[in-house]
Amino acid sequence: MRPPHEDPDREAVVGDGDAGRGAPVGRRVFLGLLALGATGVVFGREVADWMERVLGPITARDGTGLSAFLPVGRFRIYSVTGDLPSRARDKYTLKVHGKVTTPTTFSYADLAAMKPTTLHKDFQCVTGWRVHDVEWKGVKLADVLDRVGVTTEGKALRFTSFDGTYTESLSLAQARRDDVLVAYELDGGQLSSEHGGPVRLYVAPMYGYKSCKWLETIEVTDHVIPGYWEHLGYDVDGWVGRSNGRDDTAT
Amino acid sequence: MATVRSDRAPAATDVIERFDPLERAVHWTTAACFVILMATGAVLYIGQLEVIVGNREIVRTIHVYTGLFLAVPLIAGVLLRRGRLLRRDLGRLSRFGPGERSWFRPGEARRAIRLGKFNPGQKVNAMFLGSAIFVMLGTGSIMHWFAPFPDDIRTGATFVHDWWAFGIWISVTGHIFLATNDSEALRGMTRGVVTRAWARSKRPRWYAAVVGDPEDQESS
Repeated sequence: MRPPHEDPDREAVVGDGDAGRGAPVGRRVFLGLLALGATGVVFGREVADWMERVLGPITARDGTGLSAFLPVGRFRIYSVTGDLPSRARDKYTLKVHGKVTTPTTFSYADLAAMKPTTLHKDFQCVTGWRVHDVEWKGVKLADVLDRVGVTTEGKALRFTSFDGTYTESLSLAQARRDDVLVAYELDGGQLSSEHGGPVRLYVAPMYGYKSCKWLETIEVTDHVIPGYWEHLGYDVDGWVGRSNGRDDTAT
Repeated sequence: MATVRSDRAPAATDVIERFDPLERAVHWTTAACFVILMATGAVLYIGQLEVIVGNREIVRTIHVYTGLFLAVPLIAGVLLRRGRLLRRDLGRLSRFGPGERSWFRPGEARRAIRLGKFNPGQKVNAMFLGSAIFVMLGTGSIMHWFAPFPDDIRTGATFVHDWWAFGIWISVTGHIFLATNDSEALRGMTRGVVTRAWARSKRPRWYAAVVGDPEDQESS
């Protein structure tokens, strides 16, 4: 029983100490969920890695494809233009020009005929998402450059995408690394349009935005020309863990 | 404090005020933000949608600025002098009345509860969505202004943002589904009023308080 003056509708304005009104669980739940979110930010990487290990084998067998929507070790598809750029393999060409001795246009078959290299590397986006142990197959960019012969004036590379908008850049030294590929296979299958196929750049030691999708031309230039996201504030030298505000040891 | 609209046309005397104009303005602007955020978020997250819509830079910008604005109507409403009813309703949403926990268990006990203005499901929904606004604001800010944060923190923020988004989708679609299944409850938020009959049967403890019948205010 409760005295009549205690209007139950006024429960919000009476003190917290009134046990009969029920505890103010809202504040506790509110703060608890905020704390849970903060904990998730701190330990989320470990939890995500664990989930990928545990759930990966299960989702790989999921016939419905619905599990692909779960945020467990999945690629996010980025496209900066209004539609999905697409080009058939037999129509595909890669034009390499600029400060080179023999400007060359490679067909898909030309690239596939060159010595292939396979890398198993994590794919890390600058905003945070990460996909573990992705298998990339392609031609070393260094091999492509050796074919066309970079002149002494050539100091950097400018990449363009057949989406008509995206551009990227690398210094010549970066481009000659062994872990930079002109890639045409992903996880054992042909590179799909969503992932930048039929041919894309893959710059393993840098954030994903450096790995220009739908690669159409490579121009050898005498200086580095910043690319699409770099005009929007991202670092030109996009080393994972050592750029975009950080100077950690490389992952 | 009773808000009986007895001065209205005869038919209108059958209704009582449930949410005042300020509460409805806060609700609908926040709801519009949620819809925009869920739609743009889906495009940013689901590859199949991204390849149809594209224009990532534009979609991302809409998502970020809508997200930054999301908490503004609620905070402004709470701070405004006219937000008295909103503040009181937030207080109501934040605590369970006597015996209300058994509402979550089906059976006799559930039917015996005389509910106040909100049922316990609405309270849990409000607690989750209310905190989710700030969890998404924090993690989204780390994802957008990532420069000061180590990669592991960015990955953690993305992880939390993604899973919370799933919770928000469940919570919001459930909320819309239940609201559209009860036209009277929905009218409480569109026009601000509900019929006395609805209030008496669905929210008896609240109704008793509004009409000021001390005999009927007892809750058990």
